[in-house]
Amino acid sequence: MTAQRITGVALLVAALAAPWFAYPIFLMTALCFALFACAFNLLLGYVGLMSFGHAMFFGISGYFFGHVVKAWGMAPELGILAGVAGAAVLGAVTGALAIRRQGIYFAMITLAFAQMIYFLCVQAPFTGGEDGLQGIVRKPLLGGLIPTKDDRVLYYVVLAIFLFGYGTIYRIIHSPFGQVLKAIRDNEQRAVSLGYEADRYKLLAFVLSAALAGLAGATKAMVLQFATLTDVSAAMSGEVVLMALVGGLGTIIGPVVGAFIIITMQNYLAAAGEFVLVIQGVIFVVIVMAFRKGLVGELTDWWKSRRPAG
Amino acid sequence: MPWCRKSRQSSKPMSVPVMAEALLKAPLLKVDGLQAWYGESHILHGVDFEIGHGELVTLLGRNGAGKTTTLKSVMGIVEKRSGSVTFEGRQLVGHPSNEIARLGIAYCPEERGIFSSLNVEENLLLPPVVKPGGMSLAEIYQLFPNLEERKRSQGTKLSGGEQQMLAIGRILRTGAPLLLLDEPTEGLAPVIVQRIGEIIRELKSRGFTILLVEQNFHFAATVADRHYVMEDGRVVDMIASADVQQNIGKLQAYLGV
Amino acid sequence: MFELLGIPPQALFGQLLLGLINGAFYAMLSLGLAVIFGMLNVINFTHGAQYMMGAFAAWLMLTILDIPFWVALVLAPIVVGLFGVVLEKVMLKRIYHLDHLYGFLLTFGLALVIEGLFQWKWGSSGAPYPSPIPGGTNLGFMFLPTYRGFVVVAALVICLVTWYGIERTRLGAYLRAATENPTLVRAFGINVPRLITLTYGLGVGLAALAGVLAAPIQQVSALMGTNLVLVVFAVVVIGGMGSIMGSIVTGFGLGLVEGLTKVFYPPASNTVIFVVMAIVLLVKPAGLFGQTK
Repeated sequence: MTAQRITGVALLVAALAAPWFAYPIFLMTALCFALFACAFNLLLGYVGLMSFGHAMFFGISGYFFGHVVKAWGMAPELGILAGVAGAAVLGAVTGALAIRRQGIYFAMITLAFAQMIYFLCVQAPFTGGEDGLQGIVRKPLLGGLIPTKDDRVLYYVVLAIFLFGYGTIYRIIHSPFGQVLKAIRDNEQRAVSLGYEADRYKLLAFVLSAALAGLAGATKAMVLQFATLTDVSAAMSGEVVLMALVGGLGTIIGPVVGAFIIITMQNYLAAAGEFVLVIQGVIFVVIVMAFRKGLVGELTDWWKSRRPAG
Repeated sequence: MPWCRKSRQSSKPMSVPVMAEALLKAPLLKVDGLQAWYGESHILHGVDFEIGHGELVTLLGRNGAGKTTTLKSVMGIVEKRSGSVTFEGRQLVGHPSNEIARLGIAYCPEERGIFSSLNVEENLLLPPVVKPGGMSLAEIYQLFPNLEERKRSQGTKLSGGEQQMLAIGRILRTGAPLLLLDEPTEGLAPVIVQRIGEIIRELKSRGFTILLVEQNFHFAATVADRHYVMEDGRVVDMIASADVQQNIGKLQAYLGV
Repeated sequence: MFELLGIPPQALFGQLLLGLINGAFYAMLSLGLAVIFGMLNVINFTHGAQYMMGAFAAWLMLTILDIPFWVALVLAPIVVGLFGVVLEKVMLKRIYHLDHLYGFLLTFGLALVIEGLFQWKWGSSGAPYPSPIPGGTNLGFMFLPTYRGFVVVAALVICLVTWYGIERTRLGAYLRAATENPTLVRAFGINVPRLITLTYGLGVGLAALAGVLAAPIQQVSALMGTNLVLVVFAVVVIGGMGSIMGSIVTGFGLGLVEGLTKVFYPPASNTVIFVVMAIVLLVKPAGLFGQTK
């Protein structure tokens, strides 16, 4: 327990000092994806539902943010709220339909709905089609109190948003609600026979996960000042699965680690073009074949085997 | 099957009549120190028994004694097994179930295993012929007239008794000389149990060797030559059918009836 | 000339033909997906990439080796099917005992690798494949390009042959039985692992065959199967994977629905299948031909 606390404090200090050692835009992007991956993992790791369409929440929220801030000229806070609300509503509709099937069908259904949202975004007037929404001006937050033109200042805002999202997920997992979710994951029929309406719990978890993915997407649009089709594409849905998988499903910190690894890799390999996809594919294959627990899961196991309990 | 060719080559050359005689005298199936596991749980702790050519032998015992697991271990469909099972002198442990079946062992599972996506005739024709000398479809229909009447019906639409007949009939085509029957009378009406008894005796008279798992000892006594009694994953006793009357008290104690 | 609801018949029948052709591909692909899922417990995400490989194999055979379409129609599915056999033996067979989602993730990763490699080698712009039967017939109400007519008929024949093979032959009986209870089928002396490999090879070959048929209609490109496989997932959810005939009917039917949407409300043509999926989930969650469990 204390080891965990020390690691936590060390990580927090590192996070606070980071923008003086690394490129803030990179850090902010990675934090947004880390939150996105945590939101995805809330579903797969703790409810046992694999959504293969989470990009629809991440992407649509970015568009909502862009539209509210750019076309309506409103404050970025409202943009983020609009993004989160939009993602939550979309999550409620698609989730209510998708939880009618289980297992692998759930993955296929969410994937199909995400593809539908992708096509809608290609055609809808407010998304800017193939070009997306570009040049979303960064406006100061809290009515002018926090200037966001400086990347380092914005970094702390993004860090705060990330910590809020991460803390929310932590609270969900450790609440009585989270215990029921885990019971449903481990044995849905037993949970139902104990009197829990599994479908309502699953739907609520789905909506929460969608809203948090939306929070990540809107924040990313604020940081990078654009929203494009990439963020709603099936490839993005696959990417977030990969991040969670690399870090370790069902570990709360795993998706954060996974997101940093994948974003770093993409940064270094940006010049490699199509090869980024090939490498991501290879990582998928290697992890499924050999390291199903992900980095954090495998490391924890290794640590435990070195020091037997007691 | 390269491995059975290999074992044939390694055995000493014998003249054909000598070999045939030796084979007939040796047991058809010999089980020695057989152990089996399901996951972590150790089910069989060293089972020993044997069956001669043309014999009808039962495995008796209470629920959970390991009778069904013994059949499955012979057939090679448990997760892990050790010890020795030889059939016509060939070692079965270490080989997958499809190769074991091809040597001439046919299996009729407790849950009957009728396929719902196949009709009755497709179910009958499913197990491949592994040796010459099996019964023809016409002979099987003669033995089980009900099946012929319903040959186009979905397999699982039959009554319990008919499904059992289908499960037995299905393995008679294959030419396998050894039949493993797991509780063929379970859950059936007395008149059907009687009919199945007739069929089993008929099969024995046709020369099949039969290993029968039974809970119903009164039924077993009417058909079998010998009975092996199992307890806690071991064979603890062997009683010939002729001696059943003298040993009735002992048997009842074993079976808890 | 008569008009239907203000739509000129050429446009209506032209789109219906396009719908039938798309439906033919949906049917062939969802059929393979369903058969593979039944035996392997794996949703084969690589299906779209394997369809693309079929088209590419035919195109490479033509441009490099001068092998004509009709030979490639046989050869390309065999080559790609053998590739599937290798994939099954090396990777897939090691994950059958795991949750379905691992098969999904593994085959998704494989699709990324395959499509990425093809894109890297041949780019993503696509290459034309000349029509093996040029020309067409004016039917009065529409112009029917001969090759397109051929594709619809060929796909229908392929689907029916597959149905016959599974529902009416000895091998098909093994397949159906092994889908239900592989342990028992194996204990009857059938080499089930080999049957599983064969099934995957055949399913992949079927996808490749669809790819070869598609080559002269679409551009041959590395990403031609990427979006298609997502639509096919929706088709599979709509039809349910329980019935072979169900897959065929659903595939062709949804192609027609898509074609009609293109005529009457073009902007929705991309999304109509997903809308149908949503409605089916509301009304009959197990799918039109699925068993309710």
